Amino acid sequence: MDIFLQQILNGLVQGSVYALVALGYTMVYGILGLINFAHGEVVMVGAMVALTVSQLLLATGLPPLLVLLIALMVAAAACMVLGYGIERIAYRPLRNAPRLAPLITAIGVSIVLQNLAMIFWGREYHAFPQLLPNGLHTLGGAVINDVQLIIMLVALLMMTGLMLLVHRTRLGRAMRAVAENPSAAMLMGVDINRVISVTFMLGSALAAVAGIMVSANYGIVHYYMGSILGLKAFTAAVLGGIGNLRGAMLGGVLLGLIESLGAGYIGDLSGGFFGSNYQDVFAFFVLIAVLIFRPSGLLGERVAERA
Amino acid sequence: MAPQNNSLLELSCVSKYFGGLAALSEVSLYIKRGEIYGLIGPNGAGKTTLFNIVTGLYRLDEGEFNFDGIAYAHCKPHVLAEAGIARTFQNIRLFANMSALENIMVGRHVRTHTGIWGALTRNVAARAEERAITQRARELLRFVGIDGPHQTLAKHLSYGEQRRLEIARALATDPKMLALDEPAAGMNATETESLKTLLQTIRNSGITVLLIEHDVKLILGLCDRIAVLDYGKKIAEGTPDEVRRNQTVIAAYLGGEAA
Repeated sequence: MDIFLQQILNGLVQGSVYALVALGYTMVYGILGLINFAHGEVVMVGAMVALTVSQLLLATGLPPLLVLLIALMVAAAACMVLGYGIERIAYRPLRNAPRLAPLITAIGVSIVLQNLAMIFWGREYHAFPQLLPNGLHTLGGAVINDVQLIIMLVALLMMTGLMLLVHRTRLGRAMRAVAENPSAAMLMGVDINRVISVTFMLGSALAAVAGIMVSANYGIVHYYMGSILGLKAFTAAVLGGIGNLRGAMLGGVLLGLIESLGAGYIGDLSGGFFGSNYQDVFAFFVLIAVLIFRPSGLLGERVAERA
Repeated sequence: MAPQNNSLLELSCVSKYFGGLAALSEVSLYIKRGEIYGLIGPNGAGKTTLFNIVTGLYRLDEGEFNFDGIAYAHCKPHVLAEAGIARTFQNIRLFANMSALENIMVGRHVRTHTGIWGALTRNVAARAEERAITQRARELLRFVGIDGPHQTLAKHLSYGEQRRLEIARALATDPKMLALDEPAAGMNATETESLKTLLQTIRNSGITVLLIEHDVKLILGLCDRIAVLDYGKKIAEGTPDEVRRNQTVIAAYLGGEAA
């Protein structure tokens, strides 16, 4: 029983990260109908920037929590600029091009970012400094540490904030209007380029936070950490129904749980033939199953009514 | 036709081509402040093209237009919305999955300012502005006569209500000119009659109205002046009485029914 609970907790932690990254995919898709395959790389850049900032600041002797806060803000700001730049350079000139074109540039941007990161930060694994207290708590036989608790809490806060922003503010209303009907929104005075830029920036800020969470949880950062994480978050977004914000959150948490439980029990179920190293297979198994049986995702509507 | 000092919108020799086809050729007209100006003509005469040009959806190929004293050749729709041109659509284009109230609130976008910072911090100014937006949207819903729950999704409103909601959303941008593309299409006689009253009320509040309509009775009974388009050219212009008696117009459009 305690192993089961432990897997649930691990799944929730991992799922919170997936959910934050999946939101970035789904927001962009909702507004532009475009899969931003460079989004995973934005997560990586967020983690890398946070790494550099915290290394520099720790050397000055600032308290770790303050270092974390500053690193978080710098990383979020850097990713917002990056997200804005990606949209301006790789997507906006192709706004009216066939849908395949921006997909190709997305992959191109992703490769460019990975290689730039490799040049700046090297190809080795970096240890992410421990900036949070790391006390352990037992919960009904399962163990959870402070970092994991904070990850879930912060993810929850960010998601609530995003939902409030989208549903209760002038900016969020403009975002939904552009998603529903770009030309009508434009004619009602909404500057859609501006709304699209803001959408990319918000998604990128969430990605930066997610990047720091992953780094803090595993204590390791490297230049290709974004690609597999990005693919899984994309899977989560598709699972929940791409273009749907609640779907991205649900899909993220579900995918985290599926992976965690799958990895935990696959050994027993296959009589030891498969081990937990097959964890990554589950995400893509889920992706294939969703695409076959429910292409619109759990909460997805018809594509024409993306919201 | 000399441009008038009190004209709000002036088109001079505006042409628009699609491939080799002239959707509009050298159309000139002016609309005076505070009048209801009608645009009629057979299908494909270029009425909607003209709308799309003055609202920034299309770039004109030749000529220019002046709105409120400023010349525009091509600029983005949101800029023209800010300048004071608002429109509705021939085929209704509401934000279907947003509530009736929210649809109108989007219309307030262009007259309000809270950006990403205000949205994130929900500061005093942002909250005050949000209250003002909601307040104005409620007034406009009442003004166009949509009662009942404001939270109804736009797609669940009746057809007539959807048409009215589009008008309310356009009014929310505080336009100087309201351009309506076939607002009475699909309406029954009672609905058309109350639409007529609504448009008169809007005009009396100081907003100039530009109207495309196929309902000849409505347009002759409502407009101060009318232009008739045929094959992209303006073939007549004048008061309803003048247009009704114009032989070219009768041949091209009105046929026997107005004789």
